[in-house]
Amino acid sequence: MSRRDLVPVGLLAIVLFVGSRLSARFLDAPYLLDTLNLYVEAGLLATGMTFVIVCGEIDLSVASTTVLVACVVSKFLGPETNPVVLVAMSVAIGSLLGLVNGALVTIGRVPSFLATLATMATYRGVAQAWLGPFSAKWPVMKGLDRAHLGNSPVPWPPVIWLLVAGAAGLVLHRTVFGRQVAAVGTNAIASRFSGLPVERTQLAVFALSGAMAGLAAVFLGSRLGVVRHDLGRGLELDAITAVVVGGTSILGGQGSMAGTVAALLLVAAAKTAMGVAGVKPEVQVTVVGVLLVLAVLAGNMAGLARRKAPTQA
Amino acid sequence: MTVLVVVAATARDPRFLSPQTLDSVLLWLPVLLVVALGQMPVIVTKGIDISVGSTVGLVAFSVGLIGKVNPSLPVPVLFASGLALGALLGSLNAVLVAIAKVPPVVTTIGTLTAFRGMAFLVAQGKQIDTNNVATALTDLGRNGVHLGPITVNWLLWLAFIPGALLAWVLARSAIGRTVYAVGGNPVAAALRGMDVKRILFSVYIWSGACAGLAGVLYLGRYGFVSAASAGVNLELNAIAAVVVGGVPVSGGSGSVLGVLAGCVLLAVVNVGLSVLGIAADWQLLAYGAVVMAALLVDAVGRRAKESSVVAA
Repeated sequence: MSRRDLVPVGLLAIVLFVGSRLSARFLDAPYLLDTLNLYVEAGLLATGMTFVIVCGEIDLSVASTTVLVACVVSKFLGPETNPVVLVAMSVAIGSLLGLVNGALVTIGRVPSFLATLATMATYRGVAQAWLGPFSAKWPVMKGLDRAHLGNSPVPWPPVIWLLVAGAAGLVLHRTVFGRQVAAVGTNAIASRFSGLPVERTQLAVFALSGAMAGLAAVFLGSRLGVVRHDLGRGLELDAITAVVVGGTSILGGQGSMAGTVAALLLVAAAKTAMGVAGVKPEVQVTVVGVLLVLAVLAGNMAGLARRKAPTQA
Repeated sequence: MTVLVVVAATARDPRFLSPQTLDSVLLWLPVLLVVALGQMPVIVTKGIDISVGSTVGLVAFSVGLIGKVNPSLPVPVLFASGLALGALLGSLNAVLVAIAKVPPVVTTIGTLTAFRGMAFLVAQGKQIDTNNVATALTDLGRNGVHLGPITVNWLLWLAFIPGALLAWVLARSAIGRTVYAVGGNPVAAALRGMDVKRILFSVYIWSGACAGLAGVLYLGRYGFVSAASAGVNLELNAIAAVVVGGVPVSGGSGSVLGVLAGCVLLAVVNVGLSVLGIAADWQLLAYGAVVMAALLVDAVGRRAKESSVVAA
């Protein structure tokens, strides 16, 4: 963990403390752990989003991808489906939708915020046109969130997310691919002249983000048991906020998976504490939006200070 | 493209080509047009303002509330307060983008949620109903200039004011030419002594002010405002209209007439969907498909141009 990762950890401690002052029942381990189930989808999206943002891009379509994958899976797979097939199919469709984003950005050379804004509307639009005002039944693995680790109060989904994030962290920080993502995010032109496969790296991060969105669909569907077109609205905000608060530079080039995980736990704890305090969900979203802007501001100030320091010395 | 949609829709149902349909298109147009006019210079500078839909919602509700509390206020005062509130909200984006150097998409996704949350706070679970809105304001949508069987409503005439202003500024004034220069190449513009910061600042305030005006037009058009739904997805429509209207996503060029054409297309698509009896569930997909198509056409055009330069 670097020093920047400690910022969300410190904030998390403060939020837990404030939450415990708001309600005597807030600091209850089984309650908090079960609440984490609600943030597994955002956690997976943030895990993929970390790669995208370190690569200097952004993916606004993740929540829509999750909904469309959940919609396809529940429309095509029956209750006899093997869970492995279901997970594989969800991840595959998610990656495919992510590849479309990647193709728009690399082949079409459309800025990623516009390309993924377009697919954000299109993917959810397809789900809405398909399902209409109705909901579809999620076929298998219902109630995954009620499965606990042995007799402990730890539910399975957050554990799976942490394992996925850990593996993703190794890929980002310890592999050649991870270094390439950071190099492209630092300077795509210099990376191209250094012989790095810039386009392939960009395609890969969008596919990875889509794959995470597909996996998130499994947890969303299994938790709710039904799929509607309007699920998961605003999940992209939680994900982007977690990545940026976690110390990843919004301009790309550097980031930390541990920071993303800590910041997501912070967002989860903050929303839970606000819920305990009776703050309405619409206003909770506002607080997350403000947190996002403040985090980018703080990052920019720190960057400015660092750039100014050598000239003063 | 607009002609294509009209022909296709008429072929499906001859009722489409009627004065009533045209009237609905003209009534649908003003709010979108003004928001798109606000968005256009932002996109010319390679930026984006996703917060406009929430700005429209917040301003529509706030101005509705002002009118409800003071029913004797004249309509121009309502317009002035909408413009001022919109410009104020836009200045927040402007400070974050131009001075604090926060990327536009992050700034405005943050303010998108912040402004929507503020609308909920202002609304306190209530709505603005038609009987809360001055008839002088809602009449602007009901009456207008009669041209044969169709009525060009007053709201649309009001929407032409920022259109004419923007067209003049972009084509004739130094600040307008600088907007194009900053969009074409911000580094070169800065090296030539142009105040890039001031230009960025201005376009986000302009976008906010336009969204503020659109909020008052929304109030006049519908007479009903709910904090949850007013202006939702409007940013998507506006961005679609601008991109379809031929403003390249790579920045640096684009015309106001193109934006007007883009808005007409979206209005025709929207009214066409309902005339053809296609459920509202298809709307989001239609908007997304329009943006995707425009982005692809833009991308193909750019590639063709680049390869011809290489060949020459």
